[in-house]
Amino acid sequence: MTSATKSQLPGSRSYLINARDVHMSFGQTAALTGATLAAARGEIVAVMGPSGSGKSTLLHCLAGIFTPDSGEIWFDGQRLDSLSDTRRTELRRTAFGFVFQFGQLVPELTVSDNIALPLLLGRAGRKAAYARAEAWLPRLGIEGLGRRRTGELSGGQAQRVALARALVAQPKVLFADEPTGSLDTLTGEMVMELLVSTAREESATVIVVTHDARVAAYADRQVLVRDGKVIDHAGIAAEVAQ
Amino acid sequence: MNCATQSQRLTHPMYTLSVYSGYMFGGMAVPLTLLGLLERQPSHGYELKRAYDNYFGRDKPLPFGQVYATLGRLARDGKVTAEAEPGAGPDRKRYAITELGAREFDAWLATPIEPAPHLQTVLFAKVVLALMLGRSAETYLDTQRSAHLQRMHELTDLKRAGSLLDALLADHGLFHLEADIRWIDVTSARLKALAEMVRTS
Repeated sequence: MTSATKSQLPGSRSYLINARDVHMSFGQTAALTGATLAAARGEIVAVMGPSGSGKSTLLHCLAGIFTPDSGEIWFDGQRLDSLSDTRRTELRRTAFGFVFQFGQLVPELTVSDNIALPLLLGRAGRKAAYARAEAWLPRLGIEGLGRRRTGELSGGQAQRVALARALVAQPKVLFADEPTGSLDTLTGEMVMELLVSTAREESATVIVVTHDARVAAYADRQVLVRDGKVIDHAGIAAEVAQ
Repeated sequence: MNCATQSQRLTHPMYTLSVYSGYMFGGMAVPLTLLGLLERQPSHGYELKRAYDNYFGRDKPLPFGQVYATLGRLARDGKVTAEAEPGAGPDRKRYAITELGAREFDAWLATPIEPAPHLQTVLFAKVVLALMLGRSAETYLDTQRSAHLQRMHELTDLKRAGSLLDALLADHGLFHLEADIRWIDVTSARLKALAEMVRTS
């Protein structure tokens, strides 16, 4: 469980990432109506909730992909929501990693190309980028697949490549949106095991959005998004224990 | 959650794997299980106990007394034979399954157990009563979901750190808890309609 307390300030460095009273609407539809969520360094937080509850919108706000209508998003002591698009794009490339439900790999590229991509976009040297990319293959049990096109991969292999691509640049935060949603139970379990163990090795904070309680059970803390607000299960459990 | 509370939960008897092994194997007939183990090969009593404990009694070993008493009854009923093996120590008996015993075991193996209804009677009763009494059923369901998720997290940790058998036992608990959570989620989504029904009936 996190040692974070309610008394910490929004921009406090004890929280690596912190959303405060975030509101966001799409037209007349309110997706977030005062969502507040903070994650400590190295913490794994599962964001649960039914379809349409606003959990993916919250993830996109935390990752600086969406700009909320009001409220604050803090990352590593700085206001993320007031940064320029250019600066946020740079942060997403250097400080954040992403794993989505269907991998979202680039089909024209090989496995190694896909993993090296964030480093190449960051202007790392080609040789160094590919060396780092190749080093991820055995860590995720996909050695020997480096030259394959992504269309030749199984769902579980594709998600492992997506995980390697997300972590290769050593991000501070890994965002995962339904990372096992397209996988069978055992394959999904293997992907979650790798996601949790490698994120811990890399000391990355993880925000994983899922509707699956078994996936959420891997996290240090689970929160529920309902009607655009966040309900913290750890808070509920603490109140009950008292 | 504070550390003391978490520690209490982890050490509470309700939160151990033995609960799940007890739940899974508690109703399992020891005589039929021993017959099944003898179907593999004739064995001594201590070999049967060792095999039983390894697969089915990991947190609740079968007492030697129960092993030999059960084997005695099976021999009396003609389901096993007991052949004495004289040696330097006390006589040992080697047990083998008979045709009668094999038929009984096969019939047991082939018969599906009656699916338990698994109705969420306590959860259901609490929700309905909360609505009847004007209390917050949603808060109760959130609290219950939180408790379930906490248990699932503990079982996931046990599963990740343990053997394959531990993982299978933990999975059994995880799938049942997951089913409860799905019921909690669906009920949460239907609370307004349920409250209306409770009010008007």
